[in-house]
Amino acid sequence: MIGVVQFPGSCDERDALAACERVGEGRLVWHEETDLSGLDGIVVPGGFSYGDYLRAGAIARFSPAMEAVAAFAEQGGPVLGICNGFQVLCEAGLLPGALLPNEGLRFVCRQVEVIAQKSDSLFSSELEPGTRLSIPVKHMTGRYFAPEEDLDAIEAAGQVAFRYARGHNPNGSLREIAGVTNEAGNVLGLMPHPEHAVDPLTGSDDGLALFKAIAAQPAPA
Amino acid sequence: MLIRPKEGILDPQGKAVERALPALGFEGVHEVRVGRLVELETDDPDSLPALCEKLLANPLIEDFEIVTNGVAEE
Repeated sequence: MIGVVQFPGSCDERDALAACERVGEGRLVWHEETDLSGLDGIVVPGGFSYGDYLRAGAIARFSPAMEAVAAFAEQGGPVLGICNGFQVLCEAGLLPGALLPNEGLRFVCRQVEVIAQKSDSLFSSELEPGTRLSIPVKHMTGRYFAPEEDLDAIEAAGQVAFRYARGHNPNGSLREIAGVTNEAGNVLGLMPHPEHAVDPLTGSDDGLALFKAIAAQPAPA
Repeated sequence: MLIRPKEGILDPQGKAVERALPALGFEGVHEVRVGRLVELETDDPDSLPALCEKLLANPLIEDFEIVTNGVAEE
């Protein structure tokens, strides 16, 4: 059973839930809930939690549910942060770096191609390095940033999970980074929306691999 | 609290403002950077630095300056 967190202002939790239900069971987790027992994985979805007030994700990270998610991640539970979810995980310190406003200062909404990188994370279990995925992005604040030394460390540790294909970087993310994991490889954040790429009807089902990877994890002890 | 983008980080908002100024007749303006102002009252001014670091600013990408009763301090 995968839990999809829902904050005031989240808008992509329904599609994320539907994606989870294509590969197993899922349920919504309201931001005030703290009991994650019975959940094998967590998705922090896209949207505009708390209206992106102050900074995107800055307030959501202090919600009771996110404190429970931090403990869940600490114990090795799989956590997938998508777009606003990526922002929340960075603000919470569960992932390195930060997301800054798009370099072009425009909200970008289009299909992009990302390339799976070599990685030991649990999310790569269904993805060969070099696999090209077609997934939509829709964001104003998606430029991935970290200080140069931190980027070197992240790359050296194999924590870059996805890079935008050449010519597909929609926001000026440093080193074309579209998604990163934590050191332990159980937390992944990415700006593109795999939950919107689970059915050929909407142009691509390349996003399913990520949900399958979470569903394939054994239940925590 | 004045919250500013860290030195050296690209600030497209500031650049957009900078580029718009000549069109309005203001020449010779450079290094525009755009930040945020948060005003509040507190019974516990000693807690302000922690409050800034934990919530009001993201120390990875922003610097903050606390101004109490009109007097700037570290």
